[in-house]
Amino acid sequence: MTGSFWLPDGASTLSSDIDSLFYFVTWASIILFAGVTAAIAYLAYRYRRRAGAASARVKPSKIVEISWVVLPTILVLVVFNWGFRLFIEQSVAPPNAYEIYARGAMWKWDFEYPTGSVSTNELHVPVDRPVRLVMSSEDVLHSFFVPAFRVKQDVLPDRYSSVWFEATRVDTFQVFCTEYCGAGHSVMLASVITHSQGDFEAWLASAGVDEDTPLPELGAQLYQQQACFACHSLDGTAVIGPSFAGLYGKTETLDDGSTALVDDDYLRESIVDPGAKIVEGYQNVMQPYAGLSDRELSALIAFIREQE
Amino acid sequence: MTEDKDRNETPQGQAAEERGDYVTHAKSIGSWLFSLDHKRIGILYAVTVAIAFLLGGVFALLVRAELLSPGEDFLSAQSYNQMFSLHGIVMVFGFIIPAIPGFLGNFLLPLHLGAKDVAFPRLNLASYYLYLLGVALILVAMVAGSVDTGWTFYTPYSARTGPSVLFLTMAVFIAGFASIFTGINFIVTVHKMRAPGMTWNRLPLFVWSIYSTSIVQVLATPVLGITVLLLFLERLLHIGIFDPALGGDPILFQHFFWFYSHPAVYIMILPGFGIVSELIATFSRQRIYGYMAIALSSVAIALLGFLVWGHHMFVAGQSVVSSVIFSLITYLIGIPSGIKVFNWIATMYKGSISFKTPMLYALSFLVLFTIGGVTGIMVGVLAVDVHLHDTYYVVGHFHYVMVGGTTIALLGGLHYWWPKITGRLYNEAAGRLAALLVFVGLNLTFFTQLVMGSRGMPRRYNDYLPEFTFLHQLSTVGSWIMGAGLFLVAIYLLVSLFRGKKAGANPWGGATLEWTHTGPRPDPHNFHRTPFVTRGPYEFDRIPELVAAHRDETPPDAQQNVHLNQDRT
Repeated sequence: MTGSFWLPDGASTLSSDIDSLFYFVTWASIILFAGVTAAIAYLAYRYRRRAGAASARVKPSKIVEISWVVLPTILVLVVFNWGFRLFIEQSVAPPNAYEIYARGAMWKWDFEYPTGSVSTNELHVPVDRPVRLVMSSEDVLHSFFVPAFRVKQDVLPDRYSSVWFEATRVDTFQVFCTEYCGAGHSVMLASVITHSQGDFEAWLASAGVDEDTPLPELGAQLYQQQACFACHSLDGTAVIGPSFAGLYGKTETLDDGSTALVDDDYLRESIVDPGAKIVEGYQNVMQPYAGLSDRELSALIAFIREQE
Repeated sequence: MTEDKDRNETPQGQAAEERGDYVTHAKSIGSWLFSLDHKRIGILYAVTVAIAFLLGGVFALLVRAELLSPGEDFLSAQSYNQMFSLHGIVMVFGFIIPAIPGFLGNFLLPLHLGAKDVAFPRLNLASYYLYLLGVALILVAMVAGSVDTGWTFYTPYSARTGPSVLFLTMAVFIAGFASIFTGINFIVTVHKMRAPGMTWNRLPLFVWSIYSTSIVQVLATPVLGITVLLLFLERLLHIGIFDPALGGDPILFQHFFWFYSHPAVYIMILPGFGIVSELIATFSRQRIYGYMAIALSSVAIALLGFLVWGHHMFVAGQSVVSSVIFSLITYLIGIPSGIKVFNWIATMYKGSISFKTPMLYALSFLVLFTIGGVTGIMVGVLAVDVHLHDTYYVVGHFHYVMVGGTTIALLGGLHYWWPKITGRLYNEAAGRLAALLVFVGLNLTFFTQLVMGSRGMPRRYNDYLPEFTFLHQLSTVGSWIMGAGLFLVAIYLLVSLFRGKKAGANPWGGATLEWTHTGPRPDPHNFHRTPFVTRGPYEFDRIPELVAAHRDETPPDAQQNVHLNQDRT
């Protein structure tokens, strides 16, 4: 594990300031805790019950009582003020920030760039440039959390929320969903991939275009990128949707009692309009994946056909 | 009161023999199930709350066991989500909210006040049955398909998941009324039923804390009731209140929910404060340092507690200005809690401290609640909370307060009043061992959660990245140690019920009325005659047999000439 005992390595312009505050509170807490524990231990030992020694009356001292009201108040107000100033910095994105639109859905993240390209579960950003995400959700609440950047913001349906950060090094960083969103909550993971400015522009120019990868291989990539794995296993276990293992060519019983043969057309419809046919025993929870190109759809179908 | 006068004319000893104590005077099942005696209702609560605690504890152990290694082990994602939801719902609504007020509050409040019973005994019994119905409905919801929303029921997820959410919202709604009725009952009892001479500054601090809790229960619980009712109506009639698909606002739900649930945290912890005050005073045989500061800080916490709910929503999408204001007020509420801890520690100064099991729990409480408190300051820091929110850091903080605070205090209180409730003593060595196991297990379980949380581990994950494996394993091992400690407590307490040594009327040398003015187990009507109170609750130096006992080092109950039930105070 990298990072300190308490925190992962920071990688944004604000992370070191936030860490300083975190450590200030942690050390103040440790000192306070040590003081409290030492006082308890000392008093417990010094005044343990012994024969012949009765307790003596103690007259509470006003000065002592006032001091332990005033001193902690000053301390917490210092901490409040510090946290407040940083929070304002966290909440207001610099005006020159690069804007990316982020969409959360059960259980994946889509990122749409100003050029119109979309990436799923991989957010590509330039380093040393403020990036602002404008976010909304397609279904329930989600939350966008990048521990290394020390940023987090809930993502809501029918409303925009935003978060900004400026990455300081080229690397790959973990994204978690931190608002509980159902069975796939813990696999609603993504990464932030940071590039130098030049590499980022190169990536953006080539993003979303894939004409060379063989179909089944592209399908395997899409299975990961589009987070199909969150609901559809490859080993035959039923998760939230039917497993892809041995799916192709099988005859499924639907929830209205009719049956359907799993062929190319069935698979295509189940991806683009998942509510049309629901296999018996499963819920209608899948989002339509209407944004996939024809080539990508063919690739996924080719991939599913290969799972035996 | 006239009845008491009559009774004064019969010789006390004879009267006591004829009636028996509160346990032996009537033996049928009905005399327990329909009893209007606050002590028996307290026992009914104790049994139900213990069952809820056992259930919630088993759910917690299952959750921790699943997290022993990454990936799905024996629970599917769906079952895991149901498991942590049930753990939260059963523990919060079935155990920790009713536990201390329902059990010890009922049992002790009239005894502490010098009263015969609570102000409205029938309402008291009704509260219990509403609570029982609430718990029963939670169990129905569990069997009928379970719930996977977490105890927070956040919309719109709760509007879309399985229909058993409806049972659960009803359960919470009904249990809420139990809480409101108990609150009203206790407030009236404290105002109107105090014995002559029992002035406000002679109330035991347990009474002050229960009184503050009752205020919160009465003012906050209706909001929860309305919220779950709206949720219920939205699900059933599809009117848009919280679900954006119907035109509702999910953040409104969070405001409503936390408007109750933050004050509810004080419903959970304030009674614990009360118990700890009693334990530290008695086992230090010392007057509470800053009695009024502790008493009024409970009231201050109860009132300020209504103004801080927004600190649960710093990253939820409320305005930045709201977040700033809520953060500021959150700090102000930290101050009265700090005052209490400092006063408790100062109470030990020049005391005569005995380390019996209840005192071990009280000292554990001081240590653990301090950790709960300082981590609370941490998550109240605006900029830092952005990083920590919805991670295991928050889970760790919350459990340090709820388990390290309330549950430890409850265990301390249970051991302290066990002889008064059952008339028996438990095995002291087993008690100390269990207290140690619980203390060690609890720290191992929840301190590791603080660390993994600040390192980025989100809460409510059934699966996690391999880098968190070691910390999760430590936490799970901690849960086993804590479980073993609690299991041990259950065993030796049950054994003591049948084989425990008979306790005297005042085995610890307590100075509140239940120790000085009732027998080993109280009379059905508590006191043979209404006590006339002339001293404060912690004036140990004014109880003759305590002073005498201290001189020749025999516990007060070992002396045969203890004059109980006399107006010597």
